[in-house]
Amino acid sequence: MKLDPIRNLGHSGLSFFQRLGRGNILFVNILRGSPALLLRPGLLIQQVYSVGVLSLLIIFVSGLFVGMVLGLQGYNTLVKFGAEESLGVVVALSLVRELGPVVAGLLFAGRAGSALTAEIGLMKATEQLSAMEMMAVDPVRRVLAPRFLAGFISMPLLAAIFSAVGVLGGYFVGVGLLGVDEGAYWSQIQANVDFDDDIINGVIKSVVFGVVITWIAVFEGYDAIPTSEGVSRATTRTVVHSSLAVLGLDFILTALMFGE
Amino acid sequence: MTSRTVEIWVGLFVVAGIAAMFMLAMQVSNLGTYSSGEGYEIEARFEDASGLKVRSPVTMAGVTLGRVTNISFDGKSYQAVVTMTIEKQYNQLPAGTSANIYTAGLLGEKYVGLLPGSAADPCEDEKLQAELEGRKPDLQGLDCKPQHLAQGSKIQLTQGSLVLEKLIAQFVSSFMDNKEKTKNK
Repeated sequence: MKLDPIRNLGHSGLSFFQRLGRGNILFVNILRGSPALLLRPGLLIQQVYSVGVLSLLIIFVSGLFVGMVLGLQGYNTLVKFGAEESLGVVVALSLVRELGPVVAGLLFAGRAGSALTAEIGLMKATEQLSAMEMMAVDPVRRVLAPRFLAGFISMPLLAAIFSAVGVLGGYFVGVGLLGVDEGAYWSQIQANVDFDDDIINGVIKSVVFGVVITWIAVFEGYDAIPTSEGVSRATTRTVVHSSLAVLGLDFILTALMFGE
Repeated sequence: MTSRTVEIWVGLFVVAGIAAMFMLAMQVSNLGTYSSGEGYEIEARFEDASGLKVRSPVTMAGVTLGRVTNISFDGKSYQAVVTMTIEKQYNQLPAGTSANIYTAGLLGEKYVGLLPGSAADPCEDEKLQAELEGRKPDLQGLDCKPQHLAQGSKIQLTQGSLVLEKLIAQFVSSFMDNKEKTKNK
């Protein structure tokens, strides 16, 4: 009786590592099933539509408003130092380095990750996945791999769209509304944003986030307890875990890329 | 939704994503301001190249002509060896060009500023020399063209970066000297 707390600790530790192991095995299986998708691109296109295209609107609108807010806030601070010409650099660097990948990743986790988990979890709860296995169709290859690849492809594109739209939003507010010089806005950006250091690192970040978010989403759905409550819990866990993973990984990646 | 519309939407999405990346690359980063990358390398030695970085701009008359491509240390002369790549359309820089390390703004980045000097012309030198010595100029075997900087040229006249502490130290020591002089009087 007295040892119960310790037993619970051991139990939760064991189940954590079991889940981690199942997640890694699933990841490897998905990667092994991915090349076969080249023969059936239709599956992939269908998933890119539901994961990427349907996320476009929220990414587009959020990017525009984040860029506009950055323009306003940046201007109000910079004008105190007489450096409002640097507004473009503030907007572009913060979007390309951090906000683009991170905010797009969080939105992607909420919009696409939760949908993936709910869909796969419900397929499991209604025994569609077992039915596939009965017909000798591997659900990992037929259901999970296309969704994973679609997230892997969509996330960098969405992050790039987010950053580009954000820079334009900052341009509208800064140049159109607040009267920053148009030439200074773009030339300062071009002088201070480096292609290798900033843009490529931002793209690398968004690729990493895309892999992690879709991996968590697909795994949570596949591993969900096949009841309606289990599916709802799995969906919540997807959003929470992938958001935390994005923020934590962002710190590690930033420290690796920009810390000297 | 038919698979045709789905495919069209996915196509549009991919095109929009790639267009956004292209816009970021060309409009938002320095990639658009890059030259073709072709050019010739020149070298200059500085007493002090502190603050200068690889890819710092090399300018003449305020126009960027090239970039610093390498900075190394010469263990024999204890000087900094700065290699610069000048874009190939600027191949008319006179051989007497001097290089200085300047600071953009009060606290800005360091850059190399080139000042045009005279284009050394061996024939003109020979003519001057002959006039002084009262003989006929001997122009045979001489290349009668003004010399320009080209691949591998070395800039002779250089001025390194100004370090604030050094300036202050100079100022303080000269100030102290003056003080002692006036005391002695």
